[in-house]
Amino acid sequence: MTTASDRGALLDRSDERLKDRSGAKGAISGFLDRVRSGDLGSLPVVVGLVLICTIFQTLNPVFLSPNNLVNLLFDCSTVGIISLGIVCVLMVGEIDLSVGSVSGLSSALLGVLWVQWGWPVALAILAAMAVGFVTGCVYALLLNRLGMPSFVSTLSGLLAFLGLQLYILGPTGSINLPYDSPLVNFGQLLVMPHWVSYALAVAPGVLALALGYRKAQRRQAAGLSSRSFGGLLLQAVAITLALELVAYYLNRSRGVPWMFALFVALVVAMNYALKRTQWGRSMTAVGGNREAARRAGINVRLIYTSAFALCATLAATGGLLSAARLATASQQAGTGDVNLNAIAAAVIGGTSLFGGRGSAYSALLGIIVIQSIASGLTLLDLSSSLRYMITGCVLAIAVIVDSLARRSRVSHGRA
Amino acid sequence: MAIPDTSSTTSRPPVLSLRGISKNFGAVSALTDVDLDINAGEIVALVGDNGAGKSTLVKILAGAHMPSSGSITFDGQPVTLANPAAALKLGIATVFQDLALCENLDVVANIFLGRELHPLRLDEVSMEVRAWTLLKELSARIPSVREPVASLSGGQRQTVAIARSLLMEPRVILLDEPTAALGVAQTAEVLNLIERVRDRGLGVVMISHNMEDVRAVADRIVVLRLGRNNGIFLPGASNQELVTAITGADDNAVSRRGRRAAEARAQGEQP
Repeated sequence: MTTASDRGALLDRSDERLKDRSGAKGAISGFLDRVRSGDLGSLPVVVGLVLICTIFQTLNPVFLSPNNLVNLLFDCSTVGIISLGIVCVLMVGEIDLSVGSVSGLSSALLGVLWVQWGWPVALAILAAMAVGFVTGCVYALLLNRLGMPSFVSTLSGLLAFLGLQLYILGPTGSINLPYDSPLVNFGQLLVMPHWVSYALAVAPGVLALALGYRKAQRRQAAGLSSRSFGGLLLQAVAITLALELVAYYLNRSRGVPWMFALFVALVVAMNYALKRTQWGRSMTAVGGNREAARRAGINVRLIYTSAFALCATLAATGGLLSAARLATASQQAGTGDVNLNAIAAAVIGGTSLFGGRGSAYSALLGIIVIQSIASGLTLLDLSSSLRYMITGCVLAIAVIVDSLARRSRVSHGRA
Repeated sequence: MAIPDTSSTTSRPPVLSLRGISKNFGAVSALTDVDLDINAGEIVALVGDNGAGKSTLVKILAGAHMPSSGSITFDGQPVTLANPAAALKLGIATVFQDLALCENLDVVANIFLGRELHPLRLDEVSMEVRAWTLLKELSARIPSVREPVASLSGGQRQTVAIARSLLMEPRVILLDEPTAALGVAQTAEVLNLIERVRDRGLGVVMISHNMEDVRAVADRIVVLRLGRNNGIFLPGASNQELVTAITGADDNAVSRRGRRAAEARAQGEQP
């Protein structure tokens, strides 16, 4: 809706130094400019996924089969939810290294409270999540009141909670969850009916169109530049087509897991909270410049507490789901690469380790990359030694891309 | 050319008035018996050497420090500025030297930081319109309010910081070294901006080390020396007078430098 003639009339397009970015050509040149200045967004993920798919598909044609992809989505959901919590703490420029242990502890709690003590499953779930919440509050307390860096407090938490997990599991070391329970069903089998998946795949496109159109109208009424209806429609059609295609492909096998739907719903909710609420704005501000946020009247301590509490609660939730996925609460739960996968997913997805930059979608995109690598390596029947080395290298590359992009952003004035 | 306190001569009482303010840090008295008046629509420059107590005075006005003794009146009412929020609520806004902007957020987000409209469903359109209106009123030249602040120049950042402080419609605005880190052109732009803020009817307190800038915009120059009032000057005052008041002696490093230069010139003229 922005043409050269009415350019001067718009409130935000009147400065002659501003390049005209309307239309398809403007959008493309704007995107190239952003990438060149280090604002990579989700580009590394897309490039990474294309690479991974090409390599593994040529090595093993099962990789892209619908069956494998459905399994992949089941696996994504558990660590993905943990990674969503990591996005929160990274946003405020902190870290939680104990998410693996907290998730393991919560799965152990579920096993003990539900199977051994006979609590109702809902109560056991709530108790495990409450333990996660309290854990996060303790980390925040240590940071706020004692100035203990989160790196150290969560590192000690990693050991302490692993110990607690082993202690409450006792000498047997693992507790099997009942196979026919709804929780295990949810973690292993439950998929959407096909019509539900097709219907849900339409929703994002329709919502994007409706909300985008309303926003464009409001902006136009306020004398600001706005997106054209054609562009919005094109975007909505593209999103819908892509999602329907994915749904169709997955429905050729078992279908879309409900657990993955839960993960995506959490991601969407978190994205709204981070982008469209005062709390999210405050999180970004604290991560960018803590002192400025404090002087703006933001309760920095409360923001830290919310970030850590949310992270540990989500880690506990992820632990419960992975227990459901494996139908067992064992000593191995939450150990090994869970921690690093969760952190790596957030960073690969584009959330900066340096704070103040990131989005909830980075957990979704990043975990798909990480799980694709894990799944591909499993299909190739590689030993865990090789899998660890390769995953470690991928994490290193992701962090290198992040810090190079950051340096470039600083020199291009995009912080 | 020191002038008497203008508050007695003007008909309207000053917006903000300090009487006998002292501030002790342990055994050190940073401020002793300082008086200061700020009228609406007036730029008061606060000058003084390092350690003269300028920053302490501004921190007291901003509510960051409590004075050890003395009284503060705002609009004729005695007030206590217990914390920064109390000062802000009264209508005293402060722009600190480091500006305190979040470089990763855009201009709109920075202006509204901590005061967002509709906390649970941010009203981006209204905030953007309000930001543009504020910037237009200040005749600020910011190309886009949707770019991160990191991409702005020093002068533009100062503009954003000042616009941010004006959002709450304050009566008095305190500027700590607003031109310290700026180039020639940007300094001029910020000085214009300060005059426009004054023309909106605000009382402006500006701390500066740069006598040229001070004389360019100030309506009154208040000199502090070793924590005490040491004269109030009009912008027409000579550099010599100001330097004497700031350093406290006719014979000071600045005047000795001036004399040496004059002697050197004199020697050069008669070979």
